[in-house]
This record gives sequence, structure tokens and C-alpha cells, in this order.
Amino acid sequence: MSVDDTDRTRFSNRHLLGIEGLSPDEITVLLDKSESYVEQNRRANKTSQILSGRTIINLFYEDSTRTRTSFELAGKRLGGDIINMTVATSSVKKGETLVDTAMTLNAMHPDVLIVRHPSAGAVKLLSEKVNCAVINGGDGAHEHPTQALLDALTIRRRRGTLSGLLVAICGDILHSRVARSNIHLLQTMGARVRVIAPKTLLPTEISRLGVEAFYNMEDGLKDCDIVMMLRLQQERMARNFFPSIGEYFRFFGLDYDKLSHAKPDALIMHPGPMNRGVEIDTEVADDVGRSVIREQVEMGVAVRMACLELLTMNMDYSGGDA
Amino acid sequence: MARKSEKISDTVAYTNARLLDPANGIDAPGGVLTDGEQIAAAGADLFEKGIPDGAEVVDCGGHCLAPGLVDMRVELGSLSASGRAAASGGITSMVCLPNTNPVIDNEAVLELVARRARKLGLAKIYAYGAITDGLGGTEMAELASLAKSGAVAFTDGTRTIADAQMMRMALSYGSTFDLLIVNHPEEPSLAKDGVMNDGETATRLGLPGIPIEAEVIMVERDIRLADLTGGRLHIAHVSTSAAVEAIRQAKARGINITCDTAPPYFALNETAVGDYRTFAKLSPPLRGEHDRQAIVGGLKDGTIDVVASDHAPRDEESKRQPFAEAAAGGVGLNTLLAISLELYHNGFLGILDVMRLLTQAPADLMNLPAGRLETGWPADLVLFDPDHGWQVTEDALLSQAKNSPFDSRPVQGIVLRTVVDGRTVHQLEK
Repeated sequence: MSVDDTDRTRFSNRHLLGIEGLSPDEITVLLDKSESYVEQNRRANKTSQILSGRTIINLFYEDSTRTRTSFELAGKRLGGDIINMTVATSSVKKGETLVDTAMTLNAMHPDVLIVRHPSAGAVKLLSEKVNCAVINGGDGAHEHPTQALLDALTIRRRRGTLSGLLVAICGDILHSRVARSNIHLLQTMGARVRVIAPKTLLPTEISRLGVEAFYNMEDGLKDCDIVMMLRLQQERMARNFFPSIGEYFRFFGLDYDKLSHAKPDALIMHPGPMNRGVEIDTEVADDVGRSVIREQVEMGVAVRMACLELLTMNMDYSGGDA
Repeated sequence: MARKSEKISDTVAYTNARLLDPANGIDAPGGVLTDGEQIAAAGADLFEKGIPDGAEVVDCGGHCLAPGLVDMRVELGSLSASGRAAASGGITSMVCLPNTNPVIDNEAVLELVARRARKLGLAKIYAYGAITDGLGGTEMAELASLAKSGAVAFTDGTRTIADAQMMRMALSYGSTFDLLIVNHPEEPSLAKDGVMNDGETATRLGLPGIPIEAEVIMVERDIRLADLTGGRLHIAHVSTSAAVEAIRQAKARGINITCDTAPPYFALNETAVGDYRTFAKLSPPLRGEHDRQAIVGGLKDGTIDVVASDHAPRDEESKRQPFAEAAAGGVGLNTLLAISLELYHNGFLGILDVMRLLTQAPADLMNLPAGRLETGWPADLVLFDPDHGWQVTEDALLSQAKNSPFDSRPVQGIVLRTVVDGRTVHQLEK
């Protein structure tokens, strides 16, 4: 695929740190570009040379399999050189600070840094210290922009548009960066968003983000086009946000009973990895007619290819020593 | 048809009564007709056109006929003894604390208590669910599942939820399902070594005191948390002027809270401890006269929503101890009505207001089918003579335990008959 001057003007951001603040047009450019990669990824020969000679570093301060792999495949399919750096949190504590790491990596002249970090705001801090493009691969409970984009692409391919849809995001909103990025993206694109969770898993004043909060699945799912389940992030919880997994599933786990309140053709989504029997019933998760969970994974690679392409096409090497 | 003849014999006409129905503001001569387990009709002119054929007639002799009392705070001793004491006290519904053995922190225990209470057939027994597993204060019990199985509200009983974050989570999670969270208002670190109210009496007796601040600190903390979470908070057995004032102000600010007190806190003060009388050792402790008067004031202006017995039976051994070592708690089922009527006899409240605190208010707070003399409601009734005098003696207290803080007190107001689901479960022997 060739560099398109129209895309360049329509998406001129240096980094992709979050969805909040992106315009509908910028999101549309990202989604349109992603769309073009879906077909390429289904061919036998999936590789192009758009990023030939470029260096991409996957810098992950948190365990991740799917996001890291998805970015890695995206980089390779565009012909770039991509390396993985997984930094265990413990070694960070005894070793260099985030900013020092950023400076060190920057000295190696990467073109794109993909960063995941457990602290909200860490990716932005790092982006201020480097010359390359930075993609936020998830920062704390703040944002996970590529997840929201792949969710949007999945919905758009199935429904043709995002505008006017009623989307329910269910479960652990409190700890979820996926929820926040999705809330921003969906609302920017004209969808209506509900959040459904026990009050203990809803952040304070969530409705100020423009969403409607519900405390039970039956009412919240009524008339919804999209049911987006979130992973219960038990690793981020001390106990007591809810009493037990059993009670959580009984009242907030997605099963066919609760799903029956949504529109009959409502799509079921989940960012993965799923806790089967915790936030989602196994049969619902595997329902080929309703669940688009695997499709979301497929769209992830296409979206990340689009992000890499659009960010690198904006790079200005003239001022640097590259 | 057998069913029909049964039905006729199930009809009871309570005639010649002074009807007291606070929910409908009725204090008038009249009657109640019950059919089986339900009230068929009630009203001032009910039997003007005669009594229905086949109805059993109970002549109330002009005495007061009211909805059976609803006691929202009872520690269960022996189930049958508690049931009998409640019936003789005019109580037709009571809500028991979860500090049973085993603790009501799961659905199985809740169902066990409910089944045994039904079998007994005396006062109806509802139950609180525990807020935390084993009343341990650290891990939330399955509140929503317990509520589905019938728990009417949640509390850790006489244990305070000391951890503020735990209380916040309980109120927040509880409000997801519109559950009522009840906390024992006492900062444990301030109450840990105390055995009675802090002050002059404690100093003279040489006993370690519990300052009133222990109560108001917890009340104010919980009010803040209720405001933060939007949860439904109920503060149990308020005993201090400072707590009443804090609650009064919070209500004025529109915060969603309610509270109750118990007869000892408006009818007694710390002087009842007298010469190390362990029957007057309660939790919270009896306070000073200033606080007692403030409780009366809170009842008068509606700051305090409910009066509950705070029945806490203790065996003889646990009370026959030096004061500091003796168990806290007093029985109260039997004396709930008579002591509450002192508010009426002393001119602080009208008789309907007293009855509201004991019937409609707790029933509405806990969404119980009780507390009203209306068609279709359960035939739970109390017939009493508000003026008849008696003395609180061991024999008069039908509960197994005899540890009443009102021991030997002359009181006014006696229960003549108690009816649960249309059946007479207590009748005063003349």
C-alpha cells in the first residue's frame, strides 16, 4: 500500500496515546485504513514492505500475550523490524526509572515504541521523552486505544455504522482501560453507551463521561445492539468489590437469561482473555451466531497495522540525526 | 365443601375496640374482621350493619387494637422462648440478628432459621444477613444472594464494621441491590476496654468508660460513607445526644439514613448501673441524663425513626459476674410496649406516634408485610390496655433469660391478646 497524502493530512498525530480527543474524522481514517488490511491478512501472502527498514519496539511492563503478539504480527506483516522487551515489574523497582529506560531506548533510534504500563499516564510521560512515535498499548485503568479501535472495526463491519447504536459495557468498569477507551470512541462516533456493574465496580461520577449507568443486567441490556463484556480484573482487586465469584456470575455474568433482554440480534463482545463462568457463560461466549469474540482478535492485527502505517507516514526525519 | 365450612370458622370479628392504625392515622372506636390469615376489613363503622354470619366474635372491651408490633432488632436466644416472650409482648414480627450459631452469612443458615421459625408458629421471624463472612469484618458476605433468599437487611450485629473501606464497599455494593445496611455505631478502639458510659458515675465506681465520642465518631463516619455511596444506611440503637444531632443534620442535608433506639436509652440512664447492677450493662452503655433526654427529643421530632427492643438474652452465669466481666445486653421483648408507652403517659408523644415507631415505621423500613390494619394485610394484631399497671418481674418475663434492665420497674400498659396470621398466640390470663 502506498502513502496516501489525504490520510497524512487527515491523521497527523505524532502518537496514539488515547482515544479521548480524537475527532470522528481521525477515527474514521484509522478504521478505513484498518479495513484495507483485513483482506491482506486473509491472503496467503500477508506481507508488504511499508515499514521496511523501520524499527519497532514492543515495551511491555505488564504481562500480555494477545496484544503484544498482535502488534508483533502487525509490524512483521508491514515488513518492519520489531523486537519485544518485556520488563518485569520487579526489575523495574531495582533498576532504572521509566524515564531512563525511555532515554536509553531513544538513543537506539527506534521508529515506533509500543508501550504497556500498569500506571495510568506512564505512556504519556514516556512519549514526552522520546523522538519516535509512541502507541499506548494500555496504561493502567486509563486507555487502551487499539482495543477500542478493533472493537469499533468489528462492530462497523457487522452493523455498517457505529452511529445510533446502543452499546452496553458490562462488568469491571472501575479497573478497565478498555471501557474508558470504548466510551470515548463510541460516543465520538455517535453511539449511545451504557455501563452496567455493581456500584462497587463503577468509578465515581462515571455518568459525567456521558454514559448511562445501570446496576442490573436486565434493565441495562434492554434494547441494546451490542453487549460488551469486560474481564473481571481480579489481579487488580483486593477482595470486597463483591462477595464471591458465584454471586458475581449470578447477578452480572452474561448468560442466555440476561442476554434475552438485549435485542435478539445483539452482538456479544469481549476483549479477552475471558474468565469463563465468571463474567460470561461458556455457551454464550462460544455462540457462533452471536459472539464476535474471535473476530475481535482478527481485527486487532489489522487495526495495529493501520496505526503503525499512519504514525510512521507522519514521521519527520529531517530534524533528527536519523 | 370442606374448604368453605373451614373458611367460615376462620372468620373472626374483633368488635368494640379502640382502633389504633398509625399508617392510616386512625384512632377511633371500631373493629377488625379477619378471614383466615388476612385482614378482611377494618374500620370505624365496620360492624354497624351487624357481624357476618358464622364469625367468631372477640369483644375487645374498648381496649386498644393495633397492628402487631414489629421488632427490628432481636438477638435470638432459644427460638421457642423468644417466640413466647415476643407473643406475650404483642410482637408479631421480629428481625433477628445474624450473630446466631452458626452465623447467618450464607443462604443455608438463613433458610434453616426461617424454617424453624415457621414451624414454631409464634411471632414471625425474619433475619438479617451478615455483612461480612463470620462477622469477621473483612470479607463481604453474599449480600445479594442472601437478600434473594429472604434476608431483610444486613448487619454484623453488635460488631461494628470498623474498617471504613469495608463499610464503603458494603454500602456501595448493597445499594446496587437497594439493600439496607445497619451498623453498630461504636468506634471499637475507643470502646475496647470500656464497660459503661464514661463520666462521673464510671469514675466513682472505678469502672473504665466508653466515651460518647465512640458513638458519634462512627455515626459521622457512616453518614459520610452513605453520602459518598448513595447507600441505604440505618444506625442501630442510638444512645447519645451527639449522635442524634449528627443524624438530624444529615437528614436535613437529604442523606439517605434512618436510625432506631431501644427503650433503655429513653427510659433509663447510667444511674441504673447503681451498685454494679449487671442487668444494666448494655451495649451501647446506658448514658447520662442529658443523653437520655436527647433521645426523647429525637423521638419527638422524628429524627429517630424506629423503636426496637434490642432484646439480648444472657444466661444467669454470664450476668452473675463482677461488672467488668459480665456480659452486656438485656432482654426486651416483653417490655417493649409498656416502656414505649411511657412516652405517651409522660406526654412526650401521642399514642399513635408511639405505635408508629413500633409498627408501621419498622415494617416500612424493612419492607415487611406488617404494620397496617388494612384489607388484605396479614391478620397480625395486638390488643392491649394502655393503662393497666404491672411490675416487671422474673415471672412476667417469659423469655428464658431474665436479664432485664427494667427488673422490678412498675410499668403501665399490658398486652391482652396477640394474633399472628389470624391465630391467637397469646392471651392474658385473668
